[in-house]
Amino acid sequence: MTSCISVQVRDLWIDLEEFHLRQINLDVSAGEYFVILGPTGSGKTVLLETIAGLYQPRSGRILMDGLDVTDAPPERRGIGFVYQDYVLFPHLSVAANIAFGLKLRRTDRGTIDQRVTAFSQLLDIGHLLQRMPGTLSGGEAQRVALARALVVEPRLLLLDEPLSALDPERREALQRQLGRIHRQLGTTTIHVTHNFEEAVALGDRIADLKEDRVGDVRREGKIVQVGTPEEIFRRPSSEFVARFVGGRNLFRGKVVRDAEGTFVQLAAGVRVAVVTELEGTVSLLIRPENILLSPTVLHSSARNCFGGQVVEVVDSGAVLRVTVEAPPRFTALITRHSWEDLALQQGQDVYLTFKASAVHLF
Amino acid sequence: MQALFADKMRVSFVILGSLLILFVAWPLLRTITASSPSVLWQTLLDEEVRNSIGLTFYSSFIATGIAFVCGIPLAYLLARVDFPTKWLIEGIIDLPIVVPHSAAGIALLMVFGRRTLLGQAFGLFGIKFVSAAPGIVIAMLFVSLSFLVNAAREGFEAVDPRLERVARTLGGSPWRTFWGVSFPLAWRSILSGMILMWARGLSEFGAVIILAYHPMVAPVLLYERFESFGLRYARPVAALMMLICLATFAALRLTAGRKRRGS
Repeated sequence: MTSCISVQVRDLWIDLEEFHLRQINLDVSAGEYFVILGPTGSGKTVLLETIAGLYQPRSGRILMDGLDVTDAPPERRGIGFVYQDYVLFPHLSVAANIAFGLKLRRTDRGTIDQRVTAFSQLLDIGHLLQRMPGTLSGGEAQRVALARALVVEPRLLLLDEPLSALDPERREALQRQLGRIHRQLGTTTIHVTHNFEEAVALGDRIADLKEDRVGDVRREGKIVQVGTPEEIFRRPSSEFVARFVGGRNLFRGKVVRDAEGTFVQLAAGVRVAVVTELEGTVSLLIRPENILLSPTVLHSSARNCFGGQVVEVVDSGAVLRVTVEAPPRFTALITRHSWEDLALQQGQDVYLTFKASAVHLF
Repeated sequence: MQALFADKMRVSFVILGSLLILFVAWPLLRTITASSPSVLWQTLLDEEVRNSIGLTFYSSFIATGIAFVCGIPLAYLLARVDFPTKWLIEGIIDLPIVVPHSAAGIALLMVFGRRTLLGQAFGLFGIKFVSAAPGIVIAMLFVSLSFLVNAAREGFEAVDPRLERVARTLGGSPWRTFWGVSFPLAWRSILSGMILMWARGLSEFGAVIILAYHPMVAPVLLYERFESFGLRYARPVAALMMLICLATFAALRLTAGRKRRGS
């Protein structure tokens, strides 16, 4: 088991040529999986590099377990760093890449072999050990980069968009693997991403980093909100998050399996039939255009049907956005034509129908 | 091969380019084939010739070594750090390429000559530059260091700085990161820069002759034979030097190339 630490960032200012990060404050608890969510170019990488000691801030302090490490060199901070595009040592085999940090610590050969084997098994890359980095696929390379960072048992793991260079399928697999490894090792993790789903799926808490224009060319980044995934999507305070959450049906719940099938139990008491292999707490996303509205119960193959009351109808031209309180509150998109057919009005009772396969889980 | 003659423009480019290749290859070939193998062999047995070739190789090797020790750190700094006078430093490194080499010899004489401060300081340790091997070394160093420094800098520039950052987070001090990551990754460029510098040093004449006519390096010996005995006597020496240089150069290139494929 690795020892994990808490991290505090106090009033951090970072200056780059046309960009600065303003007054960043973060409190990451020991063992927490903390996600910093922000659009591309909002200074996320520099923030991580500063926490790692690779970049000197203009002002502010960084504390690890209460100790000020702002002036400590990176090699003294006990950090594992994983970049978006892997950054493996191209002149070393996979095994030598993973062993790199252990060799620097003058670990004896036996222990190195044993640890390299253990961590390559943890990440399912045992069969790649003799390969050179140039011959690996993106997903493989990223798992090697993770193994290289984890094998030295860092007190803090810093992940810079670790999944963004991967194709969707690999991304999901590695995302699950990241969650599993975190549960297993408990290393305090700071993960930056621009991917909302990734943030919600992995983060115990999320910090929302917003980018602002200052003057003509200068831009600045600052943290506008920190909270659990639910808090973030219930009250998004940045446009970036709001644009993702906006109008969508996003819920959190627990996966339940029984004789009737697989469901997600929502806080509002509703059970949503889903198709998934995920377990535990998950996020659900139902696209508004996948929800059918009807005045009576629809008899169809769709396994989800809830009654509710129309609370709002927003006319946006060709389509209309209808909000229905079940509870919870759902949003459906309907065409002008079906709106006229249904003759929907505020306060009216309707039924919502959607397929189990239309529920996206992450 | 077909792509070389794809259209009329390419055909004319091929003809024009070939002229240049011929211009280089013909005289070389002509010199080498002008002397029979037995004459070449006899030239090789000439002790003066052998000593002079040995001295040339050795001096250029030492010059390359000195440039390695001081030039690699300089190349790394130029590749990694932006500082206000960087343009000036880069200009100074390129100067030896543009300065006439005999002028470079004069300039070195002004600093390392017998009566100069440095000349006398080194004299205390029994090192003299004028008409001595150390003079040959500094002349070669001066005119060829740009090749090594520039090649090494390009090598370091091609190494992703984030590789060094990852090594630092994994527990590497700046020194160990340099030797474990930056240097091995830039090694191919450094090696090819060393070969180039060494080869350039071998052929140096202008700067060397000002500082040290004696002991004679191969190009000076060749010049002397030509001046004193004429073309007939200079020709085999020229052919022999070309052959040895070409063979060594090709061998070094091949080893460097093989390493490249192997890694």
